[in-house]
Order: sequence, then structure tokens, then C-alpha cells
Amino acid sequence: MIQTKTRKPLRYLVLILLAVIILGPFILGFWTSLLPTADIAKGALWSTHISFANYAEAVKQTAILRYLLNSFVISTLTMAAQLLFCSLGAYAFVFLKFKGRDLLFYLILATMMLPFEAEVIPNFATVRQLNLLNHYAVMVIPFLTSAFGIFMLRQAFRQIPPELKEAADVEGLNHWQFYWRVTLPYARISLFTLAAYSFLESWNQYLWPMLTTFSDKFRPVQDGLRQLQSQETFNNWGMIQASAVIVVVPTLIVLFVGQHYFKNGLNEGATK
Amino acid sequence: MQQEITPASKPSLKPKTLNQANAKGFNLHVNDKWYALAFLGPSVLILGVFVFYPMLRTLYLSLFLTNNVGRPTVFIGLKNYVNLLTSSAYQASLQATAVYVIGVVAFTLILGLLLAQMAVRKLAGIQWFRTIFSATMGVSVSVAAIFWLFIFSPSIGLFDQIGTLLHLPLVQWLTTPGPAMIAVIISTVWMNLGFTFLILFGALQMVPQPLYEAAAIEGASPSYQFFHVTLPMISPTLFFTSTVTLIGAFKSFGLIDLMTAGGPNNATNLMVYQVYRDAFLNGNYGLASAESVILAVIIALFTLLQFKFLEKRVTY
Repeated sequence: MIQTKTRKPLRYLVLILLAVIILGPFILGFWTSLLPTADIAKGALWSTHISFANYAEAVKQTAILRYLLNSFVISTLTMAAQLLFCSLGAYAFVFLKFKGRDLLFYLILATMMLPFEAEVIPNFATVRQLNLLNHYAVMVIPFLTSAFGIFMLRQAFRQIPPELKEAADVEGLNHWQFYWRVTLPYARISLFTLAAYSFLESWNQYLWPMLTTFSDKFRPVQDGLRQLQSQETFNNWGMIQASAVIVVVPTLIVLFVGQHYFKNGLNEGATK
Repeated sequence: MQQEITPASKPSLKPKTLNQANAKGFNLHVNDKWYALAFLGPSVLILGVFVFYPMLRTLYLSLFLTNNVGRPTVFIGLKNYVNLLTSSAYQASLQATAVYVIGVVAFTLILGLLLAQMAVRKLAGIQWFRTIFSATMGVSVSVAAIFWLFIFSPSIGLFDQIGTLLHLPLVQWLTTPGPAMIAVIISTVWMNLGFTFLILFGALQMVPQPLYEAAAIEGASPSYQFFHVTLPMISPTLFFTSTVTLIGAFKSFGLIDLMTAGGPNNATNLMVYQVYRDAFLNGNYGLASAESVILAVIIALFTLLQFKFLEKRVTY
């Protein structure tokens, strides 16, 4: 007991040090976003000219808000589609009996091994042929479903007691009704996890939108930041940092609000 | 009428019920089939078009020379692979990827474990630290790249300023090969830490407390407890985390593109970046397909390893 008491300050010291390392880049990014670029360029990280001018400039001179809107639309559509199609697919693998079910499941499971990054060449040709280039659709359609989502929800649906299904059969519920009224509410934590996961996954896409979008009208935020960063010939650091902060704040808020659920869901996924 | 009374009708009853059962089962089956089609159809279609087909197509293209729009022209067998594996540029890319992946996995795990271990003990205000430690989960790749680009940037960046203050020799972080690799590893590790922390923290919380109490009674030191109680107990989660991090590191692209563009002198030209360069900048789709296949095989092997391990865990 005494030993732990004397070690307490030390523990706080380490905790604070670690917190500073983790938060450092955030703080520095946020701080410099408040400084005039002229000061940053001089290497002065301390300045009394604190203002939100960089934010006003970013919003006025760049399409950063449009990028945010694009990403929001793309990620929301992707998330909604994955919730629907992954849950339907998982339902089929748990509650439906049909020929070739196991084979199909293992085939889908096998696709989890294939990285999308290694398939961009044919996929690019496909979306070009389908005339999907430079549109929201090109960033949503390939990701309407995911093998990971189907797999995760299948694990969750398998936890549903068979008695529930038997009772539902006696009640005369068909599959649609059982899917909607029992399965989905029962697995809501896993659905929440998949929602967060698919949203973030879509939000963080980088290579694919970079290859398939060419205009600010559809460009999502990751690619948008890349655009800002590469176009800034004279290194307008204040404005670039302000744009980065604008992009990171919404996801941080979502993360902290949803953290409780997210943590539970992740651990669930990790231990199953 | 007569049939109902005569014993002769009895045998006919049996087949009838059997038939009924069959009919019912058959109906259910037919029903399930349509449901299966409706429920699984969309997923199968999408995975077929955007995951199965492209894999086969990539494999096919890797055996050809291609024209500038990526159509196969001349069949050359395994020549692309032979050329790749004997090219010193590609070997350098593989080597850079190996260094990057090992660095990222090692430091992500060590730091993630340190964060989790520090955050798991109850202290006043520990909730704040837990929240902070998970914060980088909300950071996307381009935001991370921009924050770190500034930190590493020459003369105005944080590292150069600290170096100047301490009169240390200045390092051209992003324009010298070795330091550029270190810079992208640091940035990636930072970005990974939030997720890794959350997973490992969850695992540490699951370790039964009595194990520690028993060890303490036996007089085991904290470090002994860590290596002989904590690590074995969380080893499945450690394994899961390391394969997820490893696969993610093999697929790294955004951070490289923003921070170094594969440079300086190809020092950070990782596998996915090489695919992008050869396909979309040089128009060499056949060669890039072969590179994609090599990448896919490596990732598939590690994923398989992970599946095997998880499967084993589920059964015991």
C-alpha cells in the first residue's frame, strides 16, 4: 500500500508525458492554425496575433466545406448500405438453409484476405466502363457491402437463442419479420460497431477517391486536403493547419460521444 | 368412407404424412432459396464485381504486356514477375516495406501496451487519460500527414526548432533517406496508437484480478507479474493487434503520398506506392498487376495466419 502511494506521483508523471506525446501534434496543429502564416514562416511558434483568420480564409478560399459535405454524404450512404446488406447477408448465413451455403460463406470469408489496394487496376477500368468516374457513386458502389461486416454480424446473429427463432416460427413470423423485429434489435451493439467502422473506413479512403474524382464537387475530404497541400506553392501553413483542424474536429466529437459503445463493440469483435 | 374404416387404408396414411412432411420441407426450402437470393444477392453481386473479378483480372493482366489503357497485348507468362524480382528497384521497395512494417508494428505494439498498462490502473482522473490515449482513432490519414509534415518541416518545424535550441546538428527529416523512413514510421505509429490502445486496454481489463493478487502474495515483482501474468493472458489480443497493424502497414499509401511521395531517392517507396506509380503514373499495368499480386499474396498469408489463430482460440 505504502509502496503504491509513493509511486503515485511518478505514475502521474508518466501519464502526463504520454498524454503530451499523443496530444502534441493536435495541439501544435490547432495552435499554428491560429497564428498568422507570416509568423509561422519566420519560425515563430509564439505569437500574440491569435485569430481565426486562417479559418475564415480556408472557408472562403478553398472548397474545404464542400469536401466535408462530400465525405459526409459518401460515408453516410456507405454506412447505411453496409448496415442493410451486411445484416441481410449475415441473416441468410445464420437462419436460411440453402444449397452451397457454407461454400458461399467461405468464399466471402476468403475475400477478406484480398486487399482492395491490390485490385485498383481492374476496378478502375470497371468504374470507367460503367461511367461512374467523378461522382459520389464511384466511392459508394464498390463498398455497398463488406465481407468483414457480413462476418462480424454473422457472429452476432449466431448468439441469438434458437428458442427465439422457434417461437417466431410458431407465431408465424416470416423471415423478413424475424429479421426486422428480432434479429436487428438483438444485435444492435454489433450494428452500431459496424456503423462506426464502415463510416470511418469510408471517411478515411484515400487512394480510391484520388484515382476516381477530379472535381471539387465530388472530392471527399482526404483527397481535398491533399489537393490543398499540393496546390499551396508558398506554404500557407496557417490555412493548411486550419483546414486539417476543420476536418479532424467532427470525427473527434463523434469518437468521444460514441466512445463507450465503440470500445465495447471493438472488444467484442476482438475477442470473438 | 370405407377407406377410413378398413385396416388396409392404414399403411396409406403413413406415406401420406411423410409426403406432407416432405412437401412442407420442400416448400420451406424453396422459400429459403428465394429469401437467400434476396438477402444475399446484393452482397454477392458487389463482392463478385469489385473483389472476385478484379483479383482474377489482376492475376491475368500480370501475365501480359499491356497498352496505355491497361488492355493486355502480348502474353509473356511470368516475365513480369521475373523482371520484378530481379530488379534492384523493386527489391529496394520490398526492403523499404519490410523496414517500415517491422518498425510500425514493433513501436505500435510497445507504445500501445505502455499506454494501456498505464491507463488500466485506477487513479483519480484516469478517465481523462483514457480518452486522450484513444484520441488518434479520430484522425484520418491526411490530417495526420499534415500535422506531422509541419512537425518535420525544415527550419519552422518543431523538431528543427528544438534541435536549434539545443544546438544539435539539424536533420533534413523528409529529404534524407534514413530520417524520412523514421519520420513516416513515427507518423504511422502515432496514427495507429488510438486503436491499438483501445483494444489492448480492453484486454488488460479482462485479466482476472485474483491472478495479480496471488502473484503479489507470492512476492512477484511488478515486472515479473507483467511478463508472467499479463503478457500470457493478453497474448491472443496482442496477436490480433499485431496482425491487424501489420496488414495495415503493408497497405500504407496516403501518408507516404502526402509526406514523401515515395522519396527521397525512393527510400519510402512502399509496395502500394510502387503499384500506384507503375500503373497510374507510368501506365505499365501489366507490371503493376504483378506487383499487386505479390502484395495480395503477402497480405493473404498474414490474414490466413490470423484466421487460423482466431479459429484455434474460439475452439478452446
